[in-house]
Amino acid sequence: MLKALNRSKILWPLVALVILLLFNLFFTPNFFRIEIMEGHLFGNPIDILKNGAPIMLLAIGLTLVIATHGIDISVGSVVAISAGVVAMLIGGDLAGNPRFPIAFAMAVALLVCTAAGVWNGMLVSRIGMQPIVATLILFVAGRGIAMVTTNAMVIWLYAKPFAYLGQGYLIGLPFSIYIVAFLLLATFLATRKTALGMFIEAVGINPTATRFSGINSKNILLGVYAFSGFCAGVSGLIVCSTVMSADGNNAGNLFELDAILAVVLGGTSLNGGRFFLLGSMVGALIIQTLTTTIYAFNVPPEISQVVKALVVYGVSLLQSDRLQVAVAGVLGRREAAA
Amino acid sequence: MKERRAVINPRSLPVLITLVLFLAMFGAGSIAFTGFFSLQNFLNLFIDNAYLLILAVGMTFVIISGGIDLSVGSMLALSTMVTSSLLEKSHLSPVFVIPIVLAMGMAMGLFMGYLIQAFNLPPFIITLAGLYLARGLCYVVSIDTIAITNEFWQKVAYYRLDLIGYNSLTPGALIAIALVLAGLYISRFTKFGRTVYAIGGNEQSALLMGLPVARTKISIYALNGFCSALAGIVFTFYTLSGYALNGKGMELDAIASVVIGGTLLTGGVGSILGTVVAVLVYGTIQVLIMFQGTLNSWWTRIVIGFLVFLFCFLQRLFESGENALVWKERSQDTRISSADV
Repeated sequence: MLKALNRSKILWPLVALVILLLFNLFFTPNFFRIEIMEGHLFGNPIDILKNGAPIMLLAIGLTLVIATHGIDISVGSVVAISAGVVAMLIGGDLAGNPRFPIAFAMAVALLVCTAAGVWNGMLVSRIGMQPIVATLILFVAGRGIAMVTTNAMVIWLYAKPFAYLGQGYLIGLPFSIYIVAFLLLATFLATRKTALGMFIEAVGINPTATRFSGINSKNILLGVYAFSGFCAGVSGLIVCSTVMSADGNNAGNLFELDAILAVVLGGTSLNGGRFFLLGSMVGALIIQTLTTTIYAFNVPPEISQVVKALVVYGVSLLQSDRLQVAVAGVLGRREAAA
Repeated sequence: MKERRAVINPRSLPVLITLVLFLAMFGAGSIAFTGFFSLQNFLNLFIDNAYLLILAVGMTFVIISGGIDLSVGSMLALSTMVTSSLLEKSHLSPVFVIPIVLAMGMAMGLFMGYLIQAFNLPPFIITLAGLYLARGLCYVVSIDTIAITNEFWQKVAYYRLDLIGYNSLTPGALIAIALVLAGLYISRFTKFGRTVYAIGGNEQSALLMGLPVARTKISIYALNGFCSALAGIVFTFYTLSGYALNGKGMELDAIASVVIGGTLLTGGVGSILGTVVAVLVYGTIQVLIMFQGTLNSWWTRIVIGFLVFLFCFLQRLFESGENALVWKERSQDTRISSADV
């Protein structure tokens, strides 16, 4: 059982999350208290899920990209584009009358973001650019595009129905959690109940060999980048809806780093070849729990980055093959001596 | 082994393209706007982008070796914070402050380089954590902006070295130029420089050739840490303050400059000279948008993004073109070396 867990690599992230939660159980008063107010559930655990939703969405898309030995650093900028497009289309009418129907605005934003993903995918799969360079282009230009879309202004939205996406509740739980759950389930079924997941991993191990075995690895690559763009689009809609404004400069800022961190913490190696969707979710929860914990201790939230950095160093060292071999060597010697 | 039909060495072609681009942009600006074409306007490119130049030179070494360093923007911020805090809160003399800050940068780089080399960890992740760490430490130093009132610092900030005519350079620009020259020397004429190229070309071969791979790799990150700390000091000459949000996203400006300068992100190929010209291109775009007046300054980022695209696209074209053989070898190496990343 333990061995199986270790092989699926979800053990260590889970252990980290449990340690973090235990720490809160003992040291943060009322951390786990959940109250019911006006039929909605409130409390730190719910907040963690709700605030973690944008990163979790990004992490779903990124997990597949990283599984192909790729990376997508443009997701933060795509979040800003998504927020900018939807805000422009809904418009900042004070009475709350949207300029275009809200569903239409959301559809256009998602379409634009998927197109951004397709652009990344084309560069990687057809032109053959290195993923980090290919997505660097949109990383740099994307925030510019978002700012030009919104005329370098922060747009405030007053259209009430749009707020439901990021602030609404369904059967007591924040609506954004359902979006994450739905997308996660859909992705899980599509990759693990069909051969698609194996194809993606195969591309990550050796794209040439994959092509020779009759799989169109180029289209697989194109697909995962497009999907990553789509996920970033959904994430951007939620970010925009939560604060009811689009700030091209700050929306999704450093999200790409948090999302990559979540995926790596979840046990998916940057070398590709294997991926763990649930692990990525646990990774995103670790990051969000860490942030919430630090808030609870009244430490300036900015300092949380130091803790985040130390966690990354710790987890990376745990995952390091060289360290594992060294430790195993020491333990083995001790056993031999005994 | 193979006949070379191209007149120009293909290795220096990307630098030439960048140079032509720079001349074209500067020329177009000179024709379109009065007062654009002057020596001072050219020198201003160095003055306004001194810190980016310093970051980009350090980054060039890292990228040629096949690595990446995402921490430089926050390291710059941390260095401005520590500098201003030591000067204003601890009232230390600049004689001590400058070495302390530079040593701190080197130590951070050394630490990250050690983790990357000793435990075979991906540079992307380790320096990403470095980005968080340095940015977080900024807030540990102070959440507010710290203004620098130190007399020496003020003097340096307002000092201008007069050149012929009415042209002048700032100390920051002079430091940047000195660093560029040092970088050129190190990359071309020292054992360290050649080892950097060898590691980027193929780390395994470098190791088999008996080159000091481990030591060099760690030194590269230490050098880059030094450069980002230096860039931070130069940055304080502009702003005369330390602020935790300085240099946000600057790591990618530096990486973009290195790419536009013709250095391959896969390592092994590239030059300091190309990077310098790329930073000038970057500066020229900003000046052009400023002279144009009506365009949003955010267009700079879109243009830079487009240029990165153009350059990577051209590099790929060369791969399938005349020098297919050389480039093919390279792209196969890429698979191997990026598998280590």
